[in-house]
Amino acid sequence: MNPAALLKRWETLLLAVLIAIVAINVLESRYYLSVGNFINLFQLSIEKSLVALAMALVIIGGDIDLSVASVMGLAACVMAWLFQQGAPLPLAILLALGAGVLAGLNNAFWIAYVGLPSLAVTLAGLIGYRGVARILVEDRAIGGFPLWFNTLGQQALVGPLTAAIVIFLFFFVVFVIVLHGSAFGRLVYVIGSNIQAARYSGVRIGLVKTALFVGSAGVAALAGILYAARLGSVRGDTADGFELDIITTVLLGGVSIFGGKGNLVGVGLSLLVILNLRNGMGLADITGNTQNYVIGGLLILSVLIPNMSLEIRNKWRGRET
Amino acid sequence: MNWLQRQIRPEQIRELSLLALIVVAVVFFGSMIDGYYSFRTFNRISSSVAIITVVAVGQTLVVLTRNIDLSVGSIVGFTAYFVGTLIAHHKGLNPFLAVAISIALGAALGVVNGLLVAWGRVPAVVVTLGTLAIYRGVLVDLSGAKTVTTDSLPQWLVNLPTLNVLPIGALDVRALFAAALVIVIIFQFGVTYLSFARRFYAIGSNPEAAQLIGLPMKGIILLAFVISGALAGLAGFMTLARYGNITVEAGRGLELNVVAAVVVGGVNVFGGSGRVTGAMLGAIMIGTLEQSLFRLGISEFWRDALLGLLILLAVASDSVILQRLRLLWARTELKFVQPVEAGAPRS
Repeated sequence: MNPAALLKRWETLLLAVLIAIVAINVLESRYYLSVGNFINLFQLSIEKSLVALAMALVIIGGDIDLSVASVMGLAACVMAWLFQQGAPLPLAILLALGAGVLAGLNNAFWIAYVGLPSLAVTLAGLIGYRGVARILVEDRAIGGFPLWFNTLGQQALVGPLTAAIVIFLFFFVVFVIVLHGSAFGRLVYVIGSNIQAARYSGVRIGLVKTALFVGSAGVAALAGILYAARLGSVRGDTADGFELDIITTVLLGGVSIFGGKGNLVGVGLSLLVILNLRNGMGLADITGNTQNYVIGGLLILSVLIPNMSLEIRNKWRGRET
Repeated sequence: MNWLQRQIRPEQIRELSLLALIVVAVVFFGSMIDGYYSFRTFNRISSSVAIITVVAVGQTLVVLTRNIDLSVGSIVGFTAYFVGTLIAHHKGLNPFLAVAISIALGAALGVVNGLLVAWGRVPAVVVTLGTLAIYRGVLVDLSGAKTVTTDSLPQWLVNLPTLNVLPIGALDVRALFAAALVIVIIFQFGVTYLSFARRFYAIGSNPEAAQLIGLPMKGIILLAFVISGALAGLAGFMTLARYGNITVEAGRGLELNVVAAVVVGGVNVFGGSGRVTGAMLGAIMIGTLEQSLFRLGISEFWRDALLGLLILLAVASDSVILQRLRLLWARTELKFVQPVEAGAPRS
């Protein structure tokens, strides 16, 4: 690829933004450049980052999964409820992961085999799975888990890296191989960019979509359990509203909401941009609320700026000819 | 069968079945709860339905154009809080002016959404997810964590929710519900009979064709978002009137109920089909569930699970059953036409 094309890439822009943010953070706060801060920065939203990877694949495949945060809550509540009923915790965790996979299968059935729009099905899931979680836990807060669970994912595993970060890195590598190095990954792009063409070429769309939605719900369930472990207690509204941050991360990473475009390098960079931006703003005493709408603005600009620059370029070309 | 088919369209079957479902739900709750058939139940359901209905009418127009407005909950909170603060500081403010300010504020926020979607060509999901966070964030920052309280509001506003505008026997039709009904009627007639409003359907059902025949796409999409914002602004005023105490959290999550009402009401999420009255029926269905379940003795926590199931069933029936019905309708119409074509050449 020639240098000019590389400059125009979305990832290059993200990298530039990232470098700028890191530079400002280093100048602004002397606490920023420390191993402890960096571990903290990843650890505080590691669950969302994990789900964003799976969400990227779903969106590249031309669909959307709005139900992920509710699946996170569902898995956490199923686990806590079973634990409260006296089930051994490892079994409860396994069954909670199973509940997540079931939720994914339910999404996949309506989307892939009945042919309903994923926006509507997963909106129903967003409300419905949260409802099941609330039925199980009602308005209680369930805690009192054994010590090994409360430190699950937070103990240092490789050097200063915690187990949750290692799990994230493992999934990142797996998803990169699946999306960018396997035949399955190419099918995801084909379905996302032209589903008609995929159908006529004999792609088994149902299977691919089932894999995507079950994968996304399964990863969300795992993330929900890690989140419960980090908080040490579970409530009916655990992980409520996380889908917004997750989808924002994916779209900011250059993944097209219409499917077929984007890659995990972009999503990884976008994760770093958002985490460092939030961390820097936090160190500069900017409230979480302001952080939220700065990121909301960033989301809109991330699509608006490429659109506008394309339009301006087209106008210039039109004038020359 | 032929006569029946000419009288009823598939979309109307959808609305009739939703109406039947509401009747079944009411009969079910009535048989389970003592004293359910009372005016208090009606008032409770109608007040909770009013706000969702008004926002759902605007959402319907946006969804018809193949877009979505997820920022409505934040717009409701924004207007409720700021108009509440304004009225608390200027107690002599004319009530009609207060309503007008709410609508204008909502419309202004809708303009931002519409411009970004239509001229910025940013997908509506992205824009309104962003403005959902931005409007709420600006509200929280500007408010400085203060709240509007009922005792700081003038008496006319506090009395508004219980104001009875149309007594039918002992049955009250209260001001907020009456306002919602008027809006539904106006907009249903509007989208049915105004050629201008048919354009919402045109660009939703086939954007390429609408572009080719020269419809002003950008203007129409902008208008849909402005109307959605304006009605959300009005709903913000209604929220202020109904609750009196407004925190910066007002209206949070409302967009989910509104989108659910629209989808349950049979408005196609891919645009181009659906009716305003359907959205109102969807809102009534949700309001009935919401206000009745907790009186059943089983926990109110069942509401969300049932609502999720309802949305799924609504969309599935739309896709599977209605498609078949439409095919059936089209086929019999074809039969009806054939003898003419087979006969003498038309003059």
